Amino acid sequence: MPDTHSPALRSNQPADAHAAVYRYDEFDKTFIFERVEQFRAQVERRLKGEITEEEFKPIRLMNGLYLQLHAYMLRVAVPYGMLSSTQVRRLARIARVYDKGYGHFTTRQNIQFNWPKLEDVPTILRELAEVDMHAIQTSGNCIRNVTTDQFCGAAADELVDPRVYAEILRQWSTMHPEFTYLPRKFKIAITGSPNDRAAVQVHDIGLIAKKDEVTGRVGFTVYVGGGQGRTPYLAVKARDFVPVEEIIGYLEAILRVYNQLGRRDNIYKARIKITVNEMGADKFIGLIEEEYARLPRQKFHVDPAIVDAIQTHFAPPPWVDLPAVSDSFEAAKAADPAFARWTRTNLTEHKTRGYAIATISLKPIGGIPGDAESSQLETVADLADLYSFGEVRVTHEQNLVLAHVRKDDLYPLWKALDAAGLGTANAGLISDIIACPGLDYCALANTRAIPVAQRIAERFADLDRQHDLGELKIKISGCINACGHHHVGHIGILGVDKKGEEFFQILLGGDAGTNAALGEIVGPGFDYDGIIDAVETVVNTFVNLRQPGEIFIQTLARTGHAPFKEALYARA
Amino acid sequence: MLVKAKGTQQSVAASRLLDGEAVWLGTGNIWVEDVAQAAVFDGADAIAEALSFAKAEEKRQIVVDVYPLDVEITEAGTRPTHLRERLKGIGPTVRRDLGKQARQPAA
Ligand code: HEM
Ligand code: SF4
Repeated sequence: MPDTHSPALRSNQPADAHAAVYRYDEFDKTFIFERVEQFRAQVERRLKGEITEEEFKPIRLMNGLYLQLHAYMLRVAVPYGMLSSTQVRRLARIARVYDKGYGHFTTRQNIQFNWPKLEDVPTILRELAEVDMHAIQTSGNCIRNVTTDQFCGAAADELVDPRVYAEILRQWSTMHPEFTYLPRKFKIAITGSPNDRAAVQVHDIGLIAKKDEVTGRVGFTVYVGGGQGRTPYLAVKARDFVPVEEIIGYLEAILRVYNQLGRRDNIYKARIKITVNEMGADKFIGLIEEEYARLPRQKFHVDPAIVDAIQTHFAPPPWVDLPAVSDSFEAAKAADPAFARWTRTNLTEHKTRGYAIATISLKPIGGIPGDAESSQLETVADLADLYSFGEVRVTHEQNLVLAHVRKDDLYPLWKALDAAGLGTANAGLISDIIACPGLDYCALANTRAIPVAQRIAERFADLDRQHDLGELKIKISGCINACGHHHVGHIGILGVDKKGEEFFQILLGGDAGTNAALGEIVGPGFDYDGIIDAVETVVNTFVNLRQPGEIFIQTLARTGHAPFKEALYARA
Repeated sequence: MLVKAKGTQQSVAASRLLDGEAVWLGTGNIWVEDVAQAAVFDGADAIAEALSFAKAEEKRQIVVDVYPLDVEITEAGTRPTHLRERLKGIGPTVRRDLGKQARQPAA
């Protein structure tokens, strides 16, 4: 199938010329293509029997290729979650030609293909490289793909564009001689506004933009030592304010301390969160400060010229001057309640007058959270070209975003999305569930997670009921590794194995936002059927207890867990 | 987590190197794609022998990720006792159109 599924171009520029994706220079391109050819040779040698699986496994993992329950799985990086429509079409094509017609977006803003054949993978990687994409740094003990806030460069509350610093971090960390073999994988998240939309406090390092009220300088609050997995920790605040130009030096200091002290003897204790918590946060922060004082700071100073150069990749698209109010938008809302409902959950305020940020739900009721078919990807690419400068973003909540839509265009956009099964008005609501692949795909799983999400969404299918409940985040993992973020779900669900049967624990009170919190297990688990009723019991308890205007997490904070426990277990 | 096989009746699972397809050691030392046709090895010695053949197949670049699993014998053939291993024999339960379950019965 030709890769030209593109609407008529309205100018002689490609429709995604203004998509704010980082465009590789010749050096990057050469590097990526060389890596592909290297991998091709390694796969050939593997298939001829010249290298063993033991030798090959680390190589394939470095290229994003895992072996799962039913097949190989290829994890492709989406740097900072940004895609051009050309890249989206390429992903659609790869899914159709080499896989089974769909891709799965993950909580790390990556996309996974679940059925590639080993012999096709080098060709897939080549197809990716042609559009500046790759699967490097999606695995291994390196600094992984830096994640950011999905509304970067568009949000009304933004202080600094996190992509610029994410890209600086990428350039600093890729091939950093000291940081290719860290004690363990390392994940950094950056949010460019004071409102955390990137779950930064459950990352190894998390940065939240901050403005120094006195000097007016912009910088980041730096958090360190957060993580999920089997031993979850919220990050501790290492410094309240690091000016943007000092951020690399400060992170270098953190990484150096970790690289020396991180435990390489025990894979379960090797993450920085363990080092921080075994040593005590104060002591660890003290060591960071010592190291930072010792560093040749000038060497790590972020050069404004480099910032400017990188900024050009993320230059704002050519917005036009629009009235703040769109008459056609207001009229459509008044005329079509289903559209009005979507605007209440799936739109976010844009910093530019007359524009809005639209979240495309990949959580149709009863669908698989995060899955998108090739044809849906192509629809999204076309709509991005028409309405959002050819740019698409991936969120850590497994949805997509068109960041720069004219208010005038929102109604036709939504109609087209809805026709493709992408118009569900549920962003942030109970059916906008994060779920890991679980036992349906994952070789490490204890239980399934996807069908639990599907059945909860179906139980609460009535959108009016969902809107009435308000923001409520359910997150489900099929095992202790916590890929589904259950620790930070308002309602978290963790699958455990109980004598070969699927069993599900409920956690309450987690939060991935600015008031980050880890949920607590509420009591004994539930079986595969019981878990759906248990979630409904929790929700009904909330409805009975809530005060006007409260969302679930606020009611829970006010009442504590006791009434929920009672409702869940009283009758047992 | 991976489930340790500890029963007296076990089969041997693996994934085919070339395409990652789940396979099991069948009778006559061939790899089969249908878990119902997996050979059942009875007792420690038989299991060890089957595993050692499977490991050799790994060396011959036929399969990867060889491991034993508990099974029982039913009228429909070999059936893994653990859910994870049963799902490996079927495909994703959320996509009945994919994986082994989507195929026509073997000709
Ligand atoms: C299907 C194949 C997958 C496998 C084998 C896998 C494996 C793992 C393992 C072993 C860990 C724990 C590592 C540690 O604690 O150091 C982990 C953590 C994680 N994975 Fe996955 N994963 C898979 C898919 C996914 C998907 C689809 C997502 C997104 C939906 C995801 C997101 C994460 C996240 C966010 C963490 C937590 C990192 C932390 O500890 O802070 N993974 N994964
Ligand atoms: S949480 Fe467990 S089951 Fe879910 S994808 Fe991660 S490793 Fe697999």
